[in-house]
Amino acid sequence: MELEQKNPLREFAPQLERTSIQGYVWIIFLLMVIGVGFYAFLQQVIDGHEVTGMRDNVVWGVYIVNFIFFMGISYAGALISGTLHLFKTPWRKPIIRMAEFITIIALLIGPCFILLCIGRLDKLYYLVLFGRIQSPITWDVIAISTDIFGCFIFLYLSLLRDLATLRDYELLQLPKWRKKLYKMLALGYTGTPEQQQRLNRASDIMAAMVIAIAIIVYSVLAWIFSVTLQPGWHSTIFGPYFVIAAVYSGSAVLILCMWVFRKIYHLEEYITKKHFVAVGVIMLVLAAFFGYFTFSDYLTKWYGSEKNDELLIQLLFKEFYWPFIISNYLGVLLPLVVVGIAKFRTITNITLTAVVVVIALWLNRYLIVVPTLESPYLPIQDSRPEWLNYSATWVEWSLTATGVAVFCLLFTVASKFVTIVPVSGLIKEEKKEDVLL
Amino acid sequence: MEEELNQNQKNSRRQFLKKGLIAGAGVAVGSGLITAYVDATASETGEKVKVLTTDGEIMEVDRGLLKLPRVSRQESHKGIPGRKFVMVIDLGKCKNARKCVEACQKGHHLPKSQEFMKVYLLQDSEKTAPYWFPKPCFHCDNPLCVSVCPVGATYKRSDGIVLIDNERCIGCKFCMTGCPYSTRVFAWKHYPEFDEDKEPYSPEASSPGKEGTVSKCDFCPDLIRVGKIPYCASACPMGVIYFGDVDEDTVTNGTETFQFSKLIHDRAGFRYLETLGTRPCVYYLPPVDRQFEVDRGFGDLEESVKERYKDTPYSKKNKP
Repeated sequence: MELEQKNPLREFAPQLERTSIQGYVWIIFLLMVIGVGFYAFLQQVIDGHEVTGMRDNVVWGVYIVNFIFFMGISYAGALISGTLHLFKTPWRKPIIRMAEFITIIALLIGPCFILLCIGRLDKLYYLVLFGRIQSPITWDVIAISTDIFGCFIFLYLSLLRDLATLRDYELLQLPKWRKKLYKMLALGYTGTPEQQQRLNRASDIMAAMVIAIAIIVYSVLAWIFSVTLQPGWHSTIFGPYFVIAAVYSGSAVLILCMWVFRKIYHLEEYITKKHFVAVGVIMLVLAAFFGYFTFSDYLTKWYGSEKNDELLIQLLFKEFYWPFIISNYLGVLLPLVVVGIAKFRTITNITLTAVVVVIALWLNRYLIVVPTLESPYLPIQDSRPEWLNYSATWVEWSLTATGVAVFCLLFTVASKFVTIVPVSGLIKEEKKEDVLL
Repeated sequence: MEEELNQNQKNSRRQFLKKGLIAGAGVAVGSGLITAYVDATASETGEKVKVLTTDGEIMEVDRGLLKLPRVSRQESHKGIPGRKFVMVIDLGKCKNARKCVEACQKGHHLPKSQEFMKVYLLQDSEKTAPYWFPKPCFHCDNPLCVSVCPVGATYKRSDGIVLIDNERCIGCKFCMTGCPYSTRVFAWKHYPEFDEDKEPYSPEASSPGKEGTVSKCDFCPDLIRVGKIPYCASACPMGVIYFGDVDEDTVTNGTETFQFSKLIHDRAGFRYLETLGTRPCVYYLPPVDRQFEVDRGFGDLEESVKERYKDTPYSKKNKP
């Protein structure tokens, strides 16, 4: 009985057992956003892609931006959780599950956005039936499906100990089916030395693989753009640039998740300022890298500029002035200042910086996709304004909001299913606390 | 769908063999043999063309009786044997009459908003001369659009033509970003013009169009098969557009015929944006010895078309 009382699940059980009124309101709100998105999607299916702001010049718009964005935070989750796991970073325990959830949830949403760009969803299976290995889209299909598979295994392995703990904790007041589900999913794990050893080895292997897959997948995504001849896309730096931008955006999203769950589930004891600073420092390092890559990319385009590069740079500094400033100046400098100077390093400041970084990185992708398509080799000569300049319609914005809402909803549901802080880790942690922390 | 098409193809082949007539009609291109078959239900026009039977005999058939079924999707992958098509556009003669655009749209049952042929007003730099620039698909020999297609919906044929199979196309639009010449158009919705075409779909006709798929200039292989030159080339009142065959070394605009290699050599023909390495099959003759002032191109255009050119350096400079 004494052991039962020490079980950290006692403290976390309420978040699994009960949902507050605010919680229900939140879920209903998300469902409403998703409902509107569904209506928008129907509009697009019935009336055709004309309901979007995309036209023959800007054939990819906000959808592709969201695709890159969600895939970015997903890979970031994989890289961060994988790296923290491999290096056995002592402070990782309370936040590693969030990173894993970010990975898998964003990975489920991202590809949906590329589907919204596809004119004939009814023929989507042709990608498998008639797939051509020469096409970067086929590379992407293979890479993303591998990634989903790998990340699911990685997440599942890291959940296994907790599922066993949930199964064994009898005081948990949950409906029978859920207890049964835990039992089934725990796969008979009881924590024998042999099981532990196997699980650790499997997790280590998957962590390493997930890191490798994440880098490959995001590079492939970057190559979709850089293999074309379009000015602004045809760049050798895009692979690593995209990977860095992805991890950067992911570290910011992780900070946001930490802040939100810390507030909702009162995890102040577990997620401390130390964690915010630690992830903040990761964000700072990535900000520097991101700034460096952005600078090299635009410097080379601007300095020895070809005619079309020059036009693109002009466009970026005229029509896209503010987005450019926010994404490539503010988005780089703010973390350097806020996290870099000890005085500013508070939880609130770091979180606000993370908000700016997330917005900046979304805009960064927008600036990669749209201005390039608006400045092709042959000048766009058209009298129709929507053919000249892209602006997303309500359908696109609504579906973008739906993507965010689905992300929040799945995160909420996931945090109701297993504790957002791995409890099994905490049991172990308590024993080693003096050594590690 | 696939099965049904196969069936159709078999049927048409059987009919074809029954008729037992392989016809060759060398007309405008001055070309070799072209497969055709006689349609007994069509009415006579009085104009006779010479055709070649399977026995190698030449016989005369009324032109109105000649009818070609659209080739099947499978057949459209092959290309016309022994041919390599090429287009030459004489920039010195273009005055933006837009007859090429209109004829093309009519022939392919396209809505006004979809142009396979576009006419640009270009000026390479401030001091250089402005000129009208008709731009079809360049049917590149190194086509990026074909490389990037994930499902093989767009393909390069043995006769040099790059086609799109709209039944296969999933509408990912990757080819549109792959093409550096902004050649491809997307059917953002189902346009009523698509319904005008009652014949079965064939990639060689690029018609009837299909919502949610990509299409583009196809060099009109369905016309080539009956010995005609593409819609744009025959419609142009100035004879700007020449069409022909590299191996035969001949190009024609319907009234004049030239030796292709000599024409390109004598008039310093070039390919647009050669540096990109796409190796286009469309050549341009520089805008020299102009027959018309650039201004003539604004002649009697619709207001919406005139509007297109208002932001060009030329229009800005010459604003009243």
